[in-house]
Amino acid sequence: MIRVALRQFRTEGIVGFGLLVVFAIVLAITGPHLAHVYDAFESSCKVARDCATAPNPVLNLDKPLRGALPFVVAIAPALVGLFFGSPLIARELETGTFRLAWTQSVTRRRWLAVKLGLVGIASMAIGGLLTWMADWWASPLDAVNQDRFGVANFSFHGIAPIGYAAFAFALGATAGVLFRKTVPAMALTAAGFAAARVAVTYWVRPHFASPVRESLPLSTGSGPGILFVDGQGTMNFNAYIQSGVPTPAVGQVALTAPHVSVPNGWVYSTTVVDKAGHAPTSHYLFRACPVLKQLSKPQLPSAAQLQACLTRLTSTFHTVLAYQPANRFWPFQWAEMGLFLVAALALCGFTHLWLRRRYA
Amino acid sequence: MTAVLEASRLGKRYGHKWALSECTLAIPAGKVVGLVGPNGAGKTTLLELSVGLLRPDAGSIAVLGGQPGTSASQLARVGFVAQETPTYAGMSTRDHLWLGARMNPSWDEAFAEARIAQLGLDPRQKAGKLSGGQRAQLALTLAVAKRPELLLLDEPVASLDPLARREFLQGLMEVVAEHGASVILSSHLVADLERVCDYLVVLVDSRVRVAGDIDELLASHHRLTGPRHDRDGLPSDQQVISASHTDKQSSLVVRADGPILDPSWSVEQLDLEDLVLAYMAHAVEADRRPKLEVRS
Repeated sequence: MIRVALRQFRTEGIVGFGLLVVFAIVLAITGPHLAHVYDAFESSCKVARDCATAPNPVLNLDKPLRGALPFVVAIAPALVGLFFGSPLIARELETGTFRLAWTQSVTRRRWLAVKLGLVGIASMAIGGLLTWMADWWASPLDAVNQDRFGVANFSFHGIAPIGYAAFAFALGATAGVLFRKTVPAMALTAAGFAAARVAVTYWVRPHFASPVRESLPLSTGSGPGILFVDGQGTMNFNAYIQSGVPTPAVGQVALTAPHVSVPNGWVYSTTVVDKAGHAPTSHYLFRACPVLKQLSKPQLPSAAQLQACLTRLTSTFHTVLAYQPANRFWPFQWAEMGLFLVAALALCGFTHLWLRRRYA
Repeated sequence: MTAVLEASRLGKRYGHKWALSECTLAIPAGKVVGLVGPNGAGKTTLLELSVGLLRPDAGSIAVLGGQPGTSASQLARVGFVAQETPTYAGMSTRDHLWLGARMNPSWDEAFAEARIAQLGLDPRQKAGKLSGGQRAQLALTLAVAKRPELLLLDEPVASLDPLARREFLQGLMEVVAEHGASVILSSHLVADLERVCDYLVVLVDSRVRVAGDIDELLASHHRLTGPRHDRDGLPSDQQVISASHTDKQSSLVVRADGPILDPSWSVEQLDLEDLVLAYMAHAVEADRRPKLEVRS
């Protein structure tokens, strides 16, 4: 039965793994150059002692491929679901060949288990290999950007895409059994997979572990800044000073949190509070820094005056940083993969029960 | 004598409509059974229940003493050629034989190869490119090469032209004679079955109307023609299957185990087609007067 399932998967399998090989060749050709440029910069900036500030030339290389890579890694599991999953059983039901397949000397349970198992493993292999290749290719960029845990990048790294591919495949197979037609099953698979990915990224993944909360002096990171709010919207105080144009009326002012970066971590939020945990009010800021009232006068406050004001605030307020540290990247990857794998298994179980109910 | 198919009050429902109900049957081994009835009578449902593609909603069914479709060994004992003889359009004839060999431990490779060669099928041709008749022959080869004890065929010749029909049935008879499997073959045309079957099951409107050896059925059914009679005037061992009356004359089809003694009747033999039609007409009549229907 395994060889039968392999034979029937031949066309899809050849196309799927063929595209993977094409992609591998493109990455294998361009990847070493990227790594070479990165290494060359590393050794030269160490000599010049400007590694932290000098622009890294790898960021200017292969921009189209860099833009395409996350897209390809994101879309591949969906394609696996559409072209491996949806037709797997739907086509048998559509063309009536299930009557041929299920009346050979192989039980329905075994037929389904082998089909789902084999093509499911192929799906996971494609998701995993593709991500592994993309990870390898982009490793110099990740070393510069230090942001693979963030919402935008997490899903294109590590092992989570193996789970995505398994889930998309199982969703496709299940939709095929429900609709008994390939094309509507494909539509449901695409929509369902996109919805599941968005839901997990924004509503489930942040709760895998409670974030580390850390209090930092207000002066940590790049900032803080003062925002003022008038009829036109908000504007950064510094930008305002530079523009040199007084505002007709100052409504409210706010103290914005400094930008604190956590290398390869995932920052949930930065907030500014006093010792009792309260954020500074506009009223408080005007009182603490009367200079802010000058915003509507022709004689604008100077940057030094602003700095003095901020220094005063530093003794009262501090930053609270909520984040997932970099060492939680892999536990999160395992959790995300596990979540999608469990969902995929549940869908396979449902498909089995549904087929048994509908067709003996 | 063991039954190849034994059903007891078997029923299958789709939504609120019963596709098959109160089906009680015992088909003896070694027969070529014709399952006949109009379209939508429940023939496909009965056959798919027998091979395990469907599960009964009422009653029970045993095929070769086992529950259909529940184990690999049970599946191996029953060959099935589905309606429209589905095959994988993108796979060649040779691929289909390979598939049959992988999926059936009892596969008879020599037979399958020989039969494909004898039919003149190109092993490399895709099944999607075969004619209806060739596809049906391929499906039959697949079902027979697994060496089943019971072969079920669902309207295998319905979509074939007369020549392909004849060739298919001839091929079926050859393999049955050679391998000695029991066969149940459905059709809505009696003419298809007349040539090959020795046992008949008439299924009308989800119910079994009559079942038995064709020779016995033909011997015990008669057409009586004579002056107008009332239905009640017949001896108790004679059962009226269908009746038509004009002002002066009555024409009845009756089932009678003994000879017809009433001299006012002229007695004619029925052919199989007349017999089946009589049972179909009977069913229609019975449905119009459900309160008077007598269940036997």
